[in-house]
Amino acid sequence: MACAAAACHENGCCKDEDDEGLVLSTKKRTAEPTIKTNSVLVATASSNTITSSTEDSEHRHGLCVKCKVDAALAGDECNLCFGCFRASLFGKFKVTVTTKDLISPTDNVLIAFSGGPSSRVALQFVHEIQQKAQRNLDASRDKSYPVFGVGAAFIDESAISSISSHEFEQAIQDIRLIVSSLAPPAKELHIAPIGNIFSLDPNDGTERLKELLHTINDVTGKEDFLQHLRMISLQKIASDHGYTKLVLGSCASRIACHVISATVKGQGYSLPADIQYVDARWEVPVVLPLRDCLAQELKMLCHHEGLKTLELLDGPRSGINGLVSSFVTLLQEENPSRQPTIVRTAEKLTPFNFNRLPEIDDSSNHLPFRRRHKKLNFKSDESNTSEFFCQICNSPIKNSDLESLRSILGHSETGANIFGSSCSSCQFQILPKEPSSMEHFYSLLPKSMVARAREGICCNQDRLREQIKDCLLSDDEEGI
Amino acid sequence: MDEAEVKSKKGPGRLCYICNQKKPALKRPKTLEQICKECFYAVFEEEIHRVIVDNQLFKPGERIAIGASGGKDSTVLAYVLSELNRRHNYGLDLFLLSVDEGITGYRDDSLETVKRNEIQYGLPLKVVSYKDLYGWTMDEIVKMIGLKNNCTFCGVFRRQALDRGAALLKVDKLATGHNADDIAETILLNILRGDIARLSRCTSITTGEDGPIPRCKPFKYTYEKEIIFTYAYFKRLDYFSTECIYSPNAYRGFAREFIKDLERIRPRAILDIIKSGENFRISTSTKMPEQGTCERCGYISSQKWCKACVLLEGLNRGLPKLGIGRTRGPLGIEQRTQRSMQSKQCGTLDF
Repeated sequence: MACAAAACHENGCCKDEDDEGLVLSTKKRTAEPTIKTNSVLVATASSNTITSSTEDSEHRHGLCVKCKVDAALAGDECNLCFGCFRASLFGKFKVTVTTKDLISPTDNVLIAFSGGPSSRVALQFVHEIQQKAQRNLDASRDKSYPVFGVGAAFIDESAISSISSHEFEQAIQDIRLIVSSLAPPAKELHIAPIGNIFSLDPNDGTERLKELLHTINDVTGKEDFLQHLRMISLQKIASDHGYTKLVLGSCASRIACHVISATVKGQGYSLPADIQYVDARWEVPVVLPLRDCLAQELKMLCHHEGLKTLELLDGPRSGINGLVSSFVTLLQEENPSRQPTIVRTAEKLTPFNFNRLPEIDDSSNHLPFRRRHKKLNFKSDESNTSEFFCQICNSPIKNSDLESLRSILGHSETGANIFGSSCSSCQFQILPKEPSSMEHFYSLLPKSMVARAREGICCNQDRLREQIKDCLLSDDEEGI
Repeated sequence: MDEAEVKSKKGPGRLCYICNQKKPALKRPKTLEQICKECFYAVFEEEIHRVIVDNQLFKPGERIAIGASGGKDSTVLAYVLSELNRRHNYGLDLFLLSVDEGITGYRDDSLETVKRNEIQYGLPLKVVSYKDLYGWTMDEIVKMIGLKNNCTFCGVFRRQALDRGAALLKVDKLATGHNADDIAETILLNILRGDIARLSRCTSITTGEDGPIPRCKPFKYTYEKEIIFTYAYFKRLDYFSTECIYSPNAYRGFAREFIKDLERIRPRAILDIIKSGENFRISTSTKMPEQGTCERCGYISSQKWCKACVLLEGLNRGLPKLGIGRTRGPLGIEQRTQRSMQSKQCGTLDF
């Protein structure tokens, strides 16, 4: 509250005297909020020029409901002026990042940048808090506040997209320009063809990718599989370049769609894993700082702030995903709070142990930065610490669903059979049905996926053994 | 038939996917397998039998009421249960239980169907009416409150009426005709409105085991399409098919349409939704309201009075908005006519 009011004051709009006094007094009482207010001042400073020019419209109909000085943004359901709108959106992001501890000063953060509005805003906001951290560093006497590093990654899918190479070249140029024109500290941009995860040779990688996608008949399955490959690509870039966090721009609207489509695909068990602020089941933990922002808010911000976005690369979704996304859009039109409600429903499901950041080891504790750790209010069943993961989509598999896995493992002969340990959804929509094509499919998969599968199968087997050991007649490996 | 023969007939000859002998008569909605009529009945009934056995829905010697509306689901349920009871010696005493809401042109017609079912399957029928239980028919209620919220009254009253009818029949359980589509739809709706408590309950095949009369849904995994298009159509079961004249339920319709669209591109989506619903990780500590009994009528209630008594009190005192959660909304015509009544609302009733 203190920050918002102060921000408005800076913008030239005045609150009631009483209100202002209250804000000031709270500011004096507590020492820390000054730091906090600064951040919002930074955030809104850039918008000063825009909002101050609209002062003529005061007292007219359509004033911002928050500062009651500037005109509310035209169109949409927004009744805030641009300054207040931006401050509230940035506030949401900032609160998520600080309270959930998504980015710490020693981090090196990689932003998955597709060029769409969500990842554009993620890039912008992360950039702003980095700038602020940099300013704190410059101002501090002992230079003891580290500043986290930021990089961006763009996954080049031109090999399999229908966009013309000319348009694609243009898009890549735009992306380079967007990242390079951000103020320092400089951010490295990694552009990697999606085929890179298959082979070092670009042509070979593309061929294998195409062949692999060709084996998947289900449209939805193909789209979802591509999504998994994208994640593997991002993880590869992140780990190759020493990043410690991967930031995705997934917003509430996207999450709401995921909640419904996961339900429709029978993935109710694993759903809570995908929608938390932190997902540390990957080598480089994934964080979602924009999880509480709606797509239309992010679009609106890009529009009014003149942030360039590339719609070109964001094709319409197909199959089940397409159906779900138009259903959710329809619901949102009928009730503007529908998407947040869906996200909140899913939030009430019990998350998994990996939905929090791994404990920081003691070595980093000596760093002098003073940070208030607000412990995540985390409820997950502590007793069940290890999970089985689907070898394709890496989602946790319910114990009882492993019955079928057991029987498959019982007569395991070929490498392909390890994909018996994939979730029923992937088995249906991604894996080939015929055993012969299964082996072919397996041979095409990227190495990192296969490695993960091998790793998984070893520990899975140990646990399976544990569970059925009382029924085993001999101790040898036969049969498992 | 030896294996070689089976294989040769799998070709373009197009024979039933299951028996490989007859010409297929339909594409089974659940699996899209092309099968013949006889095999369809066999798998349809066998699947329901499996659901009943695997979930131990009934015990030998139990008295079971079948909630019979005269619609397709309950008609098919009455048929299948009496058939399976005979075939597999469940040892059940089956009854038909109908609720007469008092909706002229709708329920009176469908009750005729139930009465014919009574004779066809030889199952004793009990009809309980809103008029007898509450002193109001739905026609009278709608006349008073209009077409808004009338489904709230009907739903609350029906739930209790079924329990009261079941108690009169002295049955151990009540079987309802809810099908897989209904359950999938309920799961989605509970997600859309953030109702985690109902989300965890709505997938159980048996509910209310702590209450007076448990209910079960033998059709939990049965597709609506299989019930209507094929079953009722082929067997020419006598059923009544009309929408309730007082229920223009647009919101539920949204979800229903979505499910139909899903089924079109992926038939197993309905079962997948149910699977998701069953597997949701909902912490068991989600508190359910403590159950007591209504001080007025003795029915189970978490409040001092049960919902039906609250609604009834509203009706009898001319305050139909009593007990209806949110009353705000666009000022419709019905609402304006009610305003004078609403203003009479006083604070004497404390719940």
